[in-house]
Amino acid sequence: MTDQDNFLTLSAAGLTRKYGNNVAVSDVSLALKKGEIIGLLGPNGAGKSTTMKMITGNLAPTEGSITVCGIDLIDDPITAKTKIGYLPEIPPVYKELRVNEYLKLAAKLHKVNSKRVSSAMENAKERTGLTEMSQRLIGSLSKGFQQRVGIAQAIIHEPEVVILDEPTVGLDPNQIIEIRSLIKELGEHHSVILSTHILPEVEAICDSVQILHKGKVVFDDEISGLRKFRSGKSIQVSFRAPPTKETLENKLTNAKISTVREGVYRISGIELQDDPTDAIVRHSVQEQWGLFELVGAQASVEEVFVELTTQDDTST
Amino acid sequence: MIIVIALKELRSMFASPLAWVVLAFVQGFLANVFLKQVDTFMIIQAQLARTPNAPGLTELAIVPMFGAAQMVLLMSIPLLTMRLISEEKRNQTMTLLVSAPISMTQIIIGKFAAMVAFLCLILSLIATMSFSLLAGGAIDMGLIAANLLGLLLLGMSFSSIGIFISCLTMHPVVAAVMTLAVFMGFWVIGLAASDPGSWLNWVSISKRFEGFLDGYVSLPDVTFFLAVITLFIFLSIRKLDSERLSA
Repeated sequence: MTDQDNFLTLSAAGLTRKYGNNVAVSDVSLALKKGEIIGLLGPNGAGKSTTMKMITGNLAPTEGSITVCGIDLIDDPITAKTKIGYLPEIPPVYKELRVNEYLKLAAKLHKVNSKRVSSAMENAKERTGLTEMSQRLIGSLSKGFQQRVGIAQAIIHEPEVVILDEPTVGLDPNQIIEIRSLIKELGEHHSVILSTHILPEVEAICDSVQILHKGKVVFDDEISGLRKFRSGKSIQVSFRAPPTKETLENKLTNAKISTVREGVYRISGIELQDDPTDAIVRHSVQEQWGLFELVGAQASVEEVFVELTTQDDTST
Repeated sequence: MIIVIALKELRSMFASPLAWVVLAFVQGFLANVFLKQVDTFMIIQAQLARTPNAPGLTELAIVPMFGAAQMVLLMSIPLLTMRLISEEKRNQTMTLLVSAPISMTQIIIGKFAAMVAFLCLILSLIATMSFSLLAGGAIDMGLIAANLLGLLLLGMSFSSIGIFISCLTMHPVVAAVMTLAVFMGFWVIGLAASDPGSWLNWVSISKRFEGFLDGYVSLPDVTFFLAVITLFIFLSIRKLDSERLSA
């Protein structure tokens, strides 16, 4: 057990946060291994940011415990915080400072040994692609670069755990790709928790995922589990001479059919063992429906959320 | 850590024109008062020479400047303290400080230390003006020291109150107006405390300061100022802590 405890860089158990009677986060648990990237996924207001504020010591949990590298965050916040780097939703940058001045401040605040400050700064700038911007005022940088300054600040002290709250929001597609690859690279040396409401982002970067909804964890699995969950759930078919919805329903038992638009149907509620693809193709040829498109649609974020949350409602 | 925060705060202060404008205003205003007093002294010098036990150069030229400095601090300190906490909250930069391995106490004391450093700068300008009179005559060093100490304690008390009010809001301007209102309140208490036996004397910051103007450094007065400083620093720390717990 002790071996495993050492292996975990961050563990949180039963985190609950109430604002008066309003429960923002309820019974969230996290276990982060060294070199692992966990994605916190959820719609707006799901409690992602609140959870992150709690595990970085910005907000005291109403209930629950947080341990960072074996140090209790509530009992010994000062020591525990040296192990954490945090980028909040809005990068906490001083616009009147230059990039160098700001990073030097961040290094000192995070108790980087004064002999190592300049090498830590160079390292952080290099990893976030800020070397060229050293002398620029942060206020004059674009949103993307300010975000990088925020990330540089979070990794300057080589923390064990890096916590990033929606790191790609407001960036252009190129910047998103760059930041994503930076996060993947971070995951090799640090443990990373990142929050997002973009499902493909989680699939692209994370090793495992937790989906939050209304402050509760509704899904907690490895990333392959999420892929399995998303795929093979529905197919989208398009016909030139479409049959009516009823005919289709008669031909395919056990399938739920919904009309996307004229001639396009979405077939869902399918289990892997009775894949209706063959049946659809066969019927289409016999009845001359003119099938011209058949896509194994992946469930969208909304569908995943809807499915998970309705599941949750029926089970509780 | 306290020094890191204090230096950061001073850097931010001087990165904006506000600190410079305040310094210029303080210096311009006090230099005017000072010159006028020196002028008056030159005119009545002959009369004074004939009066036994007459007030000297220090009492006539320097002490009124310190009296005026009280009003100047009353007006300028709200402008300096207003952004110390509220702006950090508004720009969400407070997160950087709170997430770093430092305590709320260090954050508040660091910011207070920056204010004290700024006050020392103002005091050094005032002291320089006072010492310039050494070129033409003798001045009472003890009296000047008492005045400087009094002004420093006054400024520190005002700063701690200003920092506390800055903790209460996210808008620097609201903090400035509230702080100014509180200082005006203290000033009014001072005016109302005309009767020396009244309890108002006891709580009046300006009455306490008057002792220093006369050259009396009394233990109750010093203790009073230190108590005010400690109280508001403590309240500021509690306020920030409570935000983490309940906000």
